[in-house]
Formats: sequence, C-alpha cells, structure tokens
Amino acid sequence: MSKAKPTAWGLALVALIIFPLIVTNPTWTSIGVSTLLFMACATSWNMFSGYSGYISLGSGIFYGCGAYTMALISEHAHMAGGEAQFWLVPLAGLVAMLVAIPVGAVALRVRRHTFVVITIALFFVFQLLAINASFTGGAAGISLPLIPWLFNYFNLPFYYVALGIVIFATVLSALVRRSRFGLQMLAIRDDEDRALGLGVRVSAVKLTGFVMSAFTIGMAGAMYAMFFGQIYPQFVFEPNFDITVALMAFLGGFGTLLGPLLGGLVLEVAQQYFTLTFSNGSLYLILLGAMFLLVILFMPQGIVVAVSKWWNERADKRDTALTTGIASDPATDPATAGMNPS
Amino acid sequence: MNSSALIHALLDGVLTGSVYALMATGLTLIFGVMNIINVAQGILVILGAYLSYSLQVHFGIDPFVGLIITIPTLFVVGVVVERLFMARLKGPERTSMSILVTYAISLIIEGTLNTFYSINDIQINAWYVNRSFLIFGIYLPYIYLFGFILAVALLGALYVMLYRTRFGASVRASLADQVAAALVGINVKRVSTICFGLGIAVTAAGGMVYGATNAFNASTSYDLISRLLTIIVLGGMGSLGGALLAAILMVTLGDVVAVVWSPIWSSPTFFFVLVIVLSLRPQGLFGKQSARVA
Repeated sequence: MSKAKPTAWGLALVALIIFPLIVTNPTWTSIGVSTLLFMACATSWNMFSGYSGYISLGSGIFYGCGAYTMALISEHAHMAGGEAQFWLVPLAGLVAMLVAIPVGAVALRVRRHTFVVITIALFFVFQLLAINASFTGGAAGISLPLIPWLFNYFNLPFYYVALGIVIFATVLSALVRRSRFGLQMLAIRDDEDRALGLGVRVSAVKLTGFVMSAFTIGMAGAMYAMFFGQIYPQFVFEPNFDITVALMAFLGGFGTLLGPLLGGLVLEVAQQYFTLTFSNGSLYLILLGAMFLLVILFMPQGIVVAVSKWWNERADKRDTALTTGIASDPATDPATAGMNPS
Repeated sequence: MNSSALIHALLDGVLTGSVYALMATGLTLIFGVMNIINVAQGILVILGAYLSYSLQVHFGIDPFVGLIITIPTLFVVGVVVERLFMARLKGPERTSMSILVTYAISLIIEGTLNTFYSINDIQINAWYVNRSFLIFGIYLPYIYLFGFILAVALLGALYVMLYRTRFGASVRASLADQVAAALVGINVKRVSTICFGLGIAVTAAGGMVYGATNAFNASTSYDLISRLLTIIVLGGMGSLGGALLAAILMVTLGDVVAVVWSPIWSSPTFFFVLVIVLSLRPQGLFGKQSARVA
C-alpha cells in the first residue's frame, strides 16, 4: 500500500490540474474554485485542530480578515482589477497570522472545551466589529475593482491559484506532521499534562500551530473576496464557515492528512449541488444536518479511517485464510484489534 | 444620558437576566453532568417560542397556560435526542463531537422551522405585552415582570429539586464525579437522560418569554446561543450558581452599555468582558480548576 501512495497522490494532482481543461462549463469551474478553497481551509484547520485536539470554531475570523485585507488594499490603492491582485493573497495570509497572535493568546489560555466556546465568542466580536467599525464600510460591504477578464477565461486563474494554495497547505501539513513540532502537537492531543511533564512547551507549541493555520485560511478569504468582487461583513464573517470547515475535517478523518482534502471535496461539491438543485434553503439545511448526523454517528472517525480499517480487515482476513486456511474473526484477531489505522 | 434611562437598563438587566439565567442553567446542567456542549440550546429556545406562538394563534391558548403543554413537549424532545444521539457518543473526543452533533440537530430544527413558519420576524402578543406598569418612574410592559416571576419560580423549583431531593443528590454526585457516582450505585445513565430532558425543558419557558419580549425568527438563535455560551463559560462551566450570576451580570452590563454608549456595542461588550475575565481567571468566575481534564 505504501508503494501505491505516491502514485495515487500524483494521479489525484493530475486530475485536479486537467479538470478545468476538460470541464469548461463556468458553473462547474467556479464550483471547482470554491471546493479547492475549502479543501485548503480544512487542511489548514486540521493542521492545528486535528493534530492538537483543540477544536477551533473561530477560523472564520481569519477568513474574514483575509477578505477584508484584499478588499481594503485594492480599494484604497486604486488597483486595477486583474492578476496584480493575486500578490495581495499571501499578504492577506500574513495579516490573518498577525490577527491570530492575540486571538490565540487569549483563547489558548483555557483547556479544550472552553477553548471551543471562546473561539465562537471571539468570532462574533470580529463579526460585530466588521459590521460596526467605520473603516470596513459597515454592513454595506466593499466593492472590489472589476476584473476585465472574459467570461470563459475568468475562473481559470482563480482555479490554478487555488490549486497552488491547496498544494501549499497539504505539503505544509505533511511536513508539520512529520516534524518534532507536529509530534509535540499530537502529544498535547493525547495527554496535555503528560506532554507538559515531559518538557513540551505546550503554550508555545499551541500558539505557533494556531497562528500557522491562520495563514492559509486568510489566503482563502482573500481569494473569495477577489473572486466574487464584493464582500459583506455577514458573509465573510459567517458562523457556518467555522463549522463547515470543522465538519469537512471530521467527515474525511480528523487528524489525518488526506481526510480534510477528501472531506472538503465531498462536502463542498455536495453543498454546491444542493444549492443548485434545491432553491429552497430550508430543505438544504435539513439535508445538510441529516448528513452530518449520519456521518458523525456511523463514521465517527471519518471516511479515511473507516475505509482503511475496512480495507485492512479485508486484507487481513485474506492473508489469514491463505496462510492458515482458517478465516479468523477480525474483531478477536489481535493483529487487527490493536491496530491503529492512522 | 439621564438617570431614568440608567434605571431602566438596570431593571431590564435584572428582569431579562433572570430569563437568560433559566436558559443558561439548562445548558450548564447538561455540560456539568454529561460533558456535552449543547449548541442546539439557542434554536430550542426559538422552538419553544414558536410552539407558544402557535398554541396561542391556532388554539387561543394563553402563552403562560400553554407552558403546561410546551414544557413537557420539550422535555420529551430532550429525552429522545439524548437516547438517539447523545448516548451513542463515546471516546476521548466526546465533548467535541457533541458540539458537532448538536449543531447538526440545530440545523435540522432551523430548516424545519423555516419550512413551517416564514423567515419573517414575529413576536408573541398578549395583553401583558402591550400594557405597562409604572415602577421607579419608568413604564415597563407587564411581560417583563411576569417573565421574571416565572423564571425565578422555575429556577427555585430546579434548585429545590437539586438540593433537597434524593434525585437532586444523585445529579450533584454525577456533576462532581461520574465514576464515583456510579460506584456508589447511582444510575448515571438515567440521571443523564433526565438531566438532558430538564436542560431542554427549561427552553420552553425561556423561549416563551424571549418570544414575547423580542421579535424573532429561526436565525435569531445564533445570537442567542453565543450569548448563552458566553454566560456559562463566564460563570464557570458546570456551575449552576455561576450561570445565574453571570446571566444577570452580563445582561445588565449589555443594557447599561446600550444606554450609556450605543446599542451597537451592547453585544461586543458581552464578549470583551468574557475575554478579560478569562485572561485573569481561565476557569470562569465559579469554575473548578480544571487539572487533568482531557
């Protein structure tokens, strides 16, 4: 299986690269752009929350800050709409990181459960600030410079920049996972007091992870602002964004590398499809809620873990049958029972 | 700023704060006993408000009388949700998962409410909503007084049940230590189910008063749940007295800021206070020091 892995990753990448060249319908390529952005956000969210176990429901703060950075700078600098604006995307990520420092310093003073609640509260502080402060343009939002690209070409640059962000987030997450720093976060997830006792500087590790994860989410927010050309405080600081990103990671596999990518892909495509199919927003909410319930109750560890468990059990069964000629019960088989599929 | 506006704000804070205290008590009770953060509490309050509204509009039942129907209804909703979903949550990520599950439930309820009622704001109407009484030189609608009395009565009943009955003793034992409670023969599972039911049942009363004092629709629940969560964190999660005090403190503070400064800053103040208090006292006002809590 480990030999097949790089090939599978490569094939997935090629498929993502050629997708907009085959499917040229702008409706689908724009779904592609938002799906990629969500995949990047979920991966980045998972890089902190999935590894450290500290579930943040305030990622909308960074998304919103990224969107406002893009909108305010391109408006005040009187930029012409176009490629040049893409340079603001990493800048927006940096601004989101700067914002994440005080936010994290406050929110990370408490342990897990309370942390969740504080991130929600802080999120609403930012939303209210965006609506009420004078420099943000208030509830009327901000219009960005118009981008004079042709209808058929318009989505393409966004798609490839978004793909670049996904690759960046995935590589970063993989590097963190393999580093000493990543192991320290995992140690915090398993037992924070013991990690502290073993000499992990837990506060510094948590804050660093939190701030790092803000970068990609801020970039995604900037891309959103540029893509839609108009932002409103209640749409860029959107409570559903916080929870959607978390659910994507849970759906795919909390704390795994592939999970958030898969979760983002499945969920965002499904969401967009529901929105296109059902003009009725209420039915959409009910379906979304029901889907989450089913996933959490029946696949609590996510698609990746559930599938790999099933795969391993099947392979194990076959191996045992081949070597001993007796099919063993996988539940009582010590080889599978004690196996950790991550 | 004049003094009568300030008195108005203080009065409103204490009267409305008691209703928030009732809703927050349900939330903190559920967290304390079961380690579950019920994000659906906000939408359940709105559900309670809609139930009272419907009983009044379609059957002509006064909202206060209607509580005889809505409180048991929501208690049953709570018990069913607990049996169906909460009891299945296990493992180290249980609390985090509970947030996602209750959020999914709240999405379903929100969608259902939007289907049956329109998304336009409505408000429960009755004679005590329209007529006012004079107190300290200020006219206040009767509903504020009646809501306060209702909230105090229900909170009182809840406290008597928790601190003066055998069942209450087993609830408090489960709040303190689940494993130890189970070891001395308390049926923690049954206690959990009933607590979840009770925690949800109070939203019927809270929702009725909320719906009579505010215009609401299903999406109002977002503001409500963020306030309720702030209150229980500030009071110290799992602390019943903390929730009561924090509710009255926060609502009063929000009202005073609205009068002294501007209504726009009333909600942010709520959250700023939370941030400041937690920087000084991470476990909240009355929270236990959470050592070795995974």
